[in-house]
Amino acid sequence: MRSDRQFFFRQILSSALRRRSRMIIAILAIIVGASILSGLEMIYYDVPRQMSSEFRVYGSNVIFSPSSEMDISEESIREALSLIPQKALEGYTPYRYENTKIHNMPVTLAAVDFDSASRTSPYWHIDGAFPSSDGEVLVGAKVAEELSISVGSLISCEQTLEITEEIDTSKISSYEIYTDPETGEAYADHKLDLKVSGILDTGGSEEEYVYMSYSDASYLTLVDRGYDIVEVSIASTHSELQNILSRINQSALDISAKPVKRVTASEGQVLKKLQALFFIVTVVVLVLTMICVATTMTAVIAERRSEIGLRKVLGASDSQIVTQFMTEGLMLGGLGGILGAILGYFFAQYVSMNVFASSITMRPVVILVTILVSVLITGLASLVPIKNAVKVDPALVLKGE
Amino acid sequence: MSLLELKNVSKVYGNLRALDSVNLTVEKGEWIAIMGPSGSGKSTMMNIIGCLDTPSSGHVILEGRDITKESNRALTELHRDKIGFVFQQFYLINYLTALENVMVAQYYHSMTDEKEAMAALERVGLKDRAKHLPSQLSGGEQQRVCIARALINSPSLILADEPTGNLDEANENMVIDILKKLHSEGTSLVVVTHDPEVGEVAQRVVKLSHGKIVSDEMNTHS
Ligand SMILES: Nc1ncnc2c1ncn2[C@@H]1O[C@H](COP(=O)(O)OP(=O)(O)OP(=O)(O)O)[C@@H](O)[C@H]1O
Ligand SMILES: [Mg+2]
Repeated sequence: MRSDRQFFFRQILSSALRRRSRMIIAILAIIVGASILSGLEMIYYDVPRQMSSEFRVYGSNVIFSPSSEMDISEESIREALSLIPQKALEGYTPYRYENTKIHNMPVTLAAVDFDSASRTSPYWHIDGAFPSSDGEVLVGAKVAEELSISVGSLISCEQTLEITEEIDTSKISSYEIYTDPETGEAYADHKLDLKVSGILDTGGSEEEYVYMSYSDASYLTLVDRGYDIVEVSIASTHSELQNILSRINQSALDISAKPVKRVTASEGQVLKKLQALFFIVTVVVLVLTMICVATTMTAVIAERRSEIGLRKVLGASDSQIVTQFMTEGLMLGGLGGILGAILGYFFAQYVSMNVFASSITMRPVVILVTILVSVLITGLASLVPIKNAVKVDPALVLKGE
Repeated sequence: MSLLELKNVSKVYGNLRALDSVNLTVEKGEWIAIMGPSGSGKSTMMNIIGCLDTPSSGHVILEGRDITKESNRALTELHRDKIGFVFQQFYLINYLTALENVMVAQYYHSMTDEKEAMAALERVGLKDRAKHLPSQLSGGEQQRVCIARALINSPSLILADEPTGNLDEANENMVIDILKKLHSEGTSLVVVTHDPEVGEVAQRVVKLSHGKIVSDEMNTHS
């Protein structure tokens, strides 16, 4: 039956090529729906990312930084926090920054406690998961992209350490120690293997860092020291916050505390509502597309009633006719979906550039979903007109009206 | 056994009796012309003979089988296997070439065979037009494609409703020649026509008026 499958597709191809103007009308309806759908999908996925980069400091609203060259010690943090009323303190995260290299690319690593970071930076969007133990890292999206790292990748941080008295050389992973002939300083290569548990996606500068636990950072640098900044979340009115900050700044501590703007909870709600709105619009567009495609298909099939009658006279069973017209419909849906998805990407890009002044990432999932949905919708929309058309009485159609 | 028998067949539309107690027997290899004024029930009778339509009362017996008792599916198979149609209008699928239009009939009947379809077109003198679309063919050529399609599955009966209705003299003669050839090969033909010339070449002429057979005569020429 190979030649007959061939003839089946030969008919469908002929129909597509020789009834071009009809096809174009049908496919236009699908393309419009699919492009709006894929555009909305992309924006839907990208809005949270875009929004959180707009309101980057959602979460923490105070930053402690050292007021001298020194870093901030654990003790000064504890003392500064004691100046904040217990109830008002929502969370805090000390950060320690170091320079390192991953696969020969210089990157900045940030040592954090992930539990508290998730509280002070609730807007962080992570593909994968937070590190759950030492030996796991969270990699900023930019770094991940440059190094082609994905969730589950194994990476190694390399550090060239200067051998000083403070360093416990027995912990160095490489035995090769080399000496600079001019200065007489000794160096050794040291390396730490880590597993990527997640990729951090915020739309901001966080994407340029690699995050690991304090103990991994200490092991990598073989130095244990204080912190560079502390992000603090304080729940209070504006004037209370001013009081707290001035108390800390006037204390003898080595800390300068500054307020940063943060998004209130209700502003966070806006994001959810916006997403809900996009969702509703998407559903409405889907329904409209379906009606539009159904109308077009009804018209396209109605004008082929006599063809259907003829095919029945020639011995076609209902299911053969349904299969043929359905295949035509689904192929139209697929083609319309592909074209629409591409068009939708440009549409989303245009909207994003104008509203958020940043570009949107092409998501293959969205393209795939759009094509599938187009095929499905066209199939559903064609089903009723096809089922009706198949009922035609060939005697009536062919009687010469 | 006769090829086809109509026994007391009536077809009623509202209070119009389009066919009124018609009795007709068609023998194997016979060529019958059905004539009569417009509206006399010729197409209605053809549709019933061709299993496209069912009578309001009476029986249609095709090769000993009472088709008024068959299911729709069985009827579809019947007209697919036993009957070739040529319609009053040239019903071709407009996006398929002449050759493909003939192949559609093979496709639903059994299997497509491009060579065989080409041979059928050759029989109606259209070998060099095989790759043309219906819109690129003249009326006479389209009608001949319909005939090629009707004969492709070697039916025992070919039903033709006004096969020369829209044709000029030259094309009409060509169609008549094809019908003659088919008849000489043993195919039974039932041809509805207004055209006395077409009536003349048949073996037998049945005249209808107001749904009734008013005359049934053998032609004397053969
Ligand atoms: N589906 C129908 N519903 C109602 N009346 C019908 C229907 N089909 C045919 N008729 C009527 O039945 C009668 C016979 O119609 P038919 O088509 O058989 O005529 P005909 O002899 O083929 O005419 P023509 O030579 O013009 O083709 C006509 O009066 C017609 O109006
Ligand atoms: Mg008629």
